[in-house]
Amino acid sequence: MPELIVTKDIDAPGLDTLDGYREHGGYQALEKVLKEYQPDDLVELMKKSGLRGRGGAGFPTGLKWSFLAKNDKPRYLCCNADESEPGTFKDRMLMEKNPHQLIEGVIITSYACRVTTAFIYVRGELAMAGRQVARAIDEAYAAGYTGKNILGSDYSLDVIMHRGAGAYICGEESALMESLEGRRGYPRLKPPFPAAVGVYGGPTVINNCETLSTIPAIIRNGADWYATFGTEKSKGTRVFCLSGHVKKPGNYELPLGTSLRTLIYDEQYGGGILDDKQIKAIIPGGSSTPMLGPDKLDTPLDFEAIAAAGSMAGSGGVVIMHEDTCIVDAVLRMSEFYRDESCGKCTPCREGTYWLTEILHRLEHGHGSQKDIDLLLDICDNISGKSFCPLGDAATSPIVSSIKLFRDEYEAHVREERCPFKREGLK
Amino acid sequence: MISEQAKQRMRDLAARYPVARSAVMPSLYIAQQEEGYITHDGLRAVAEAIGLTVDDVESVATFYTMYYQQQPGKKVIKVCTSISCYLRNCDALVTRLEERLGIKRGETTADGNFTLMTAECLASCGTAPVLQVNDEFVENVTLEMSDALIDEWERELRGQEPGRGQASPLPYTASPTGS
Ligand SMILES: Cc1cc2nc3c(=O)[nH]c(=O)nc-3n(C[C@H](O)[C@H](O)[C@H](O)COP(=O)(O)O)c2cc1C
Ligand code: SF4
Ligand code: FES
Repeated sequence: MPELIVTKDIDAPGLDTLDGYREHGGYQALEKVLKEYQPDDLVELMKKSGLRGRGGAGFPTGLKWSFLAKNDKPRYLCCNADESEPGTFKDRMLMEKNPHQLIEGVIITSYACRVTTAFIYVRGELAMAGRQVARAIDEAYAAGYTGKNILGSDYSLDVIMHRGAGAYICGEESALMESLEGRRGYPRLKPPFPAAVGVYGGPTVINNCETLSTIPAIIRNGADWYATFGTEKSKGTRVFCLSGHVKKPGNYELPLGTSLRTLIYDEQYGGGILDDKQIKAIIPGGSSTPMLGPDKLDTPLDFEAIAAAGSMAGSGGVVIMHEDTCIVDAVLRMSEFYRDESCGKCTPCREGTYWLTEILHRLEHGHGSQKDIDLLLDICDNISGKSFCPLGDAATSPIVSSIKLFRDEYEAHVREERCPFKREGLK
Repeated sequence: MISEQAKQRMRDLAARYPVARSAVMPSLYIAQQEEGYITHDGLRAVAEAIGLTVDDVESVATFYTMYYQQQPGKKVIKVCTSISCYLRNCDALVTRLEERLGIKRGETTADGNFTLMTAECLASCGTAPVLQVNDEFVENVTLEMSDALIDEWERELRGQEPGRGQASPLPYTASPTGS
């Protein structure tokens, strides 16, 4: 078993309480930071550790912190705990089982970035995660880990949990800030980036829940230690959320660079495919990332290698589809998601996701034509790169990648005027 | 009717955030907890507590799916139908629930007991298929389990007075915490 960092002791009884967390070394990193580090030292330390964001884009965390505009406006931190990317379920676990680790990461990051108010934006649907985070914040205040003059230092911080209310788009960082400010979650035009003009106009750092939860361990053990895990450019471990047609779905923390094959087939992790069937397609980083074929099984799971294989590391949500999966129907399901979650602000995405879903629906039900397949690609071309925010691009990923890999299956739906899979009763 | 206590909680929230407007979402949760869904009274209370127009508050409330525009059933069942749950047969689960409850997805039973909804990925893909009842998870659901759950909820609801909805299907409101 490789060393666990962010999920270390995750199943220890009582870890979610203040005392339980302290018994496992909790808040030692915060004490050390306040005694031994100046904020700027921490930014350098984080750069050295090589930690990259776990929310989707994999942006280097220390570098992001260093970009904060130097002006006299109050600075803010937003923890992005709006986890809603289909196939992703790690942040919920981290909040439910180890909320104090997240709070400690939030406080350390706030100190490093000279933030005075930190928000934790928790997805509305995740009621228990929200309760756990809210309670942990209360406990942290009571114990003097946050609030005025933290642990007797001259650093003060206000931590506020903000609960979402059902909107995938609020995971996009600028929409998250709009939502936090009490508006509809419409993305903002960038630039200016949040580091320059963020919440209430102040310089703002936005990091994912897993990213922030990793920070206490990096402080306790050192940047060099963290950088020994992973690959040259993708340092550390990350939590891979394995789901779909595997024998043992679940969250597995592994060093970046571990191969897809190991994650899926190793007895300690996925344990192979349900009923020992063949793999048909793999989504490596949540439904917004292009799917890969089984020829890519030996791809190392790190940012560079997955990109080289033609997809993206995304949110770490690895979804497996076996040979009995109807690709058209599965893609239709993903397309419905983007249609429903498009915020409606820009036309290519609002109208495009609607039409993509309509066309996929008629193809799946045997009413499509050969031309529809090219029409799908044409619409994708009109959305991708022409939408206001990355959700539009994301909506095209499953479609474009699946037509590339499984065009014959789309054509079979047209030829046979029905879904070839349902006949065999495989659904 | 939004209680005076609820209104006070909304005003406290407006004071708690660096900018009062940020209190709109948590205040809408309070309004919903009071009345079961977002009523005109609820919108007005939020608007008054925060200093916004009713239209402004309504435009926020209608953007987010968790603010109900109608009175939901006492048990709100949400079944995830996104990709990982789809691969684990969530559609069969939805069909079974529709049959057992005698309603289609999106509907509420005539006695006001159950609302059946489908949901987008609920961050529980590793334990698919999943459902939530009043926001609490039930994971790795089988058809047998869903039958047993409905039996259990029906027994529980029979013990209550008929016709009167509980104030809220929400188990908690996340008011900002601390200080
Ligand atoms: C449509 C959309 C949805 C997103 N959803 C999430 C999310 O739920 N959680 C998250 O951490 N990041 C999400 N992101 C990425 C964020 O915009 C942002 O890059 C991230 O939170 C930064 O944190 P990191 O640097 O620690 O990864 C989303 C992005 C887009 C475009
Ligand atoms: S791309 Fe889609 S989600 Fe993004 S702003 Fe446009 S309509 Fe909204
Ligand atoms: S797809 Fe159902 S919980 Fe994620």
